Amino acid sequence: MAGGAGERRHLLDVDDLGPEDLERVLETARSFSEVMRRPIKKVPSLRGKTVVNLFYEPSTRTRLSFEVAAKRLSADVLNFTASTSSVEKGESLKDTALTLRAMGVDAVVIRHPVAGAPWLLRRWLDVTVLNAGDGMHAHPTQALLDLFTMRERLGGLEGKTIAYVGDILHSRVARSGFKACLAMGMKVLAVAPPTLLPPVVPEGVEVSYDLDEVIPRCDVLYMLRVQKERLLEGRFPSPQEYSRYYQLNMERLRAARPGVVVMHPGPMNRGMEISSEVADAPHAAINAQVAAGVAVRMAVLFLLLGTGERGD
Amino acid sequence: MAELLLRGVRVIDPFQDLEEVMDVAVARGRIAEVGRGLSGEGREVLEAEGLVLAPGFLDIHVHLRDPGREDEETLESGLRAAVRGGFTAVCCMPNTDPPLDNASLVEDLVLRARGLGLADLFPVGCVTRGREGKELAEMGLMFASAARVRAFSDDGDPVADSGLMRRALQYVKKFGGVIVSHAEDKSLSRGGQVNEGRVSFALGLRGIPALAEEVMVARDLLLAEETGARLHLAHLSTAGSVRLLREAKSRGVRVTAEATPHHLVLSEADIRDYDPVYKVNPPLRTPEDVRELRRALADGTLDAVATDHAPHSPEEKEREFEYAPFGVVGMESAFPVLYTELVEKGELGLPALIDRLTRGPARVLDLKPPEYGEGIRPGARADLVLLDPAAEWVIDASTFASRGRNCPYQGWRVRGKVVLTLKNGKVVHRAPGYQRAFSRDGG
Repeated sequence: MAGGAGERRHLLDVDDLGPEDLERVLETARSFSEVMRRPIKKVPSLRGKTVVNLFYEPSTRTRLSFEVAAKRLSADVLNFTASTSSVEKGESLKDTALTLRAMGVDAVVIRHPVAGAPWLLRRWLDVTVLNAGDGMHAHPTQALLDLFTMRERLGGLEGKTIAYVGDILHSRVARSGFKACLAMGMKVLAVAPPTLLPPVVPEGVEVSYDLDEVIPRCDVLYMLRVQKERLLEGRFPSPQEYSRYYQLNMERLRAARPGVVVMHPGPMNRGMEISSEVADAPHAAINAQVAAGVAVRMAVLFLLLGTGERGD
Repeated sequence: MAELLLRGVRVIDPFQDLEEVMDVAVARGRIAEVGRGLSGEGREVLEAEGLVLAPGFLDIHVHLRDPGREDEETLESGLRAAVRGGFTAVCCMPNTDPPLDNASLVEDLVLRARGLGLADLFPVGCVTRGREGKELAEMGLMFASAARVRAFSDDGDPVADSGLMRRALQYVKKFGGVIVSHAEDKSLSRGGQVNEGRVSFALGLRGIPALAEEVMVARDLLLAEETGARLHLAHLSTAGSVRLLREAKSRGVRVTAEATPHHLVLSEADIRDYDPVYKVNPPLRTPEDVRELRRALADGTLDAVATDHAPHSPEEKEREFEYAPFGVVGMESAFPVLYTELVEKGELGLPALIDRLTRGPARVLDLKPPEYGEGIRPGARADLVLLDPAAEWVIDASTFASRGRNCPYQGWRVRGKVVLTLKNGKVVHRAPGYQRAFSRDGG
């Protein structure tokens, strides 16, 4: 994790983690996923620690996932949800940070609608900061749980091929995912209409406009949510035209490799980027992603805040 | 007022193409004598070997926030910042509240500025009423007023309507005015935070493509060519804009252009930790764009450096990048930063830098003596700046006269210092703690 011994450690993006850190997170997550299969799903590792979920953007699944993870580690959890509409006139992020610092919390998990907010928080706050998604920028725990899920399904990841399909330009899942997958030695494809692709993609990422050409080459098809807002911005003419070319449906899935894994960060637009049948097909690892989310977030909290003793 | 003698100073005066070591005497607000071995008798003497004396600088692009946002800057704090930066004349942009779109507003500012006696003020008037981009403002009346407004801009916004921009260019020909273009096609830049490209993707911020500027530069150059009117391009930031400008100048289009110190010195690669102090419009571009701007400044394609000084309150700048306003302060850091980054590194001679801060911007406004640019010669008004190229110091925005603290060079170790600014022969700025002292009759 970022920072050496004795320094405050944070998880702001995937590149805070070196290869050894990545491995340690995934191994620790695996052992916590075993805990989750027990009748009593709680370990005392973070007893006496306080974790604040600071959510400036509604996100039921990520907030719940972090909350469950912290509680299973016996940490105290506080939820601070600021409505986005109050951001402009309400208390500034800086004042909120100073308030949390005065309260003596141990970690802040922040979700924010604009890029960079966790970096500002780190500057103003001397506690561990975890990025739970900032604007279009980064979502490191999503990338980690995706790696975990893929590895459970595929075994090793080195040399495997993943295609991110959809609104790459506005996706923090893709931005962090690219870094995580490249770090694991995977081949990464970005598939979208040109209007939903960034002007420059990171080195090592291959661009295609053609989903049908890409499908047979992939071990993982990672479908991204396409928001209605993009239609209003004129990035594609209609949902019908979008799904005609970029929806993953059963017909397209037939061209895929036998063991292909279908993933989606949720929430899905069934009928838009993914058909209902595919979402419910055995290829889909979407529920496995949710389960992995809790284990991975337990691992991250444990490694950032814990003393190293699991205590169970 | 005591007479003053600067002894052994290196005079650099672009208005006379002069660069020579000599003595300069100032008396009763004017330059009394220029020569060698002038007598120090009855004069305050400054032994000025190693120092450079230049005509007071002219900044043709500043935001003084007055009227409307006096919490961010006032006419007085802004003009104090100007003279600390060596500027004895500035052009304030009209995007105030209310906007400077009529004769009484610009006259009021100019009269207040005269009362302060710090720096001359040449307000830029709005092109359109209320900066709304719908109908022409009373540009002729602003020109005819005591403010003698001759440059017009809706700066902060472009004149989006091409038909209206064409008529504005046609209209100002009547009195020799110039239209200052804030070249931005908002349909291409909307929502953008930083330059579009590798960095915008990596930071997860919406991009402002170079094209947003270049499309508008191209339009305005075509309009200027067709109307035969004078056009000035504000804060150019891209290599593509420079290419269009060069080509237009070579065809004889009546166009001038400026670049800001921050676009000449910083690039998108300098944006750190989402600090909104790097958030400017146009955005910091690529290192390749910076190189091309520097080349264009050196060869004179870019006529002027202008700071686009834009003070903001700390509450507005210490927040999320996307929520923070665009702009940096610039007047008090312009000379040392440009001297350090361009002159010391051998990319631009000091006489050329001084030209782009004096004669170049005067050409943009077509300012002539006695309003500005009399040069350093006997009888000329003593609007002067004394520079110490060897002085090494650290920029600390907390010491600025400007109310703005949004300075991207905070903590920079720089060389080159404005040690003395004279306005009408009066000392309006003397660098605090500057080691060289005046002596009464140094003999």
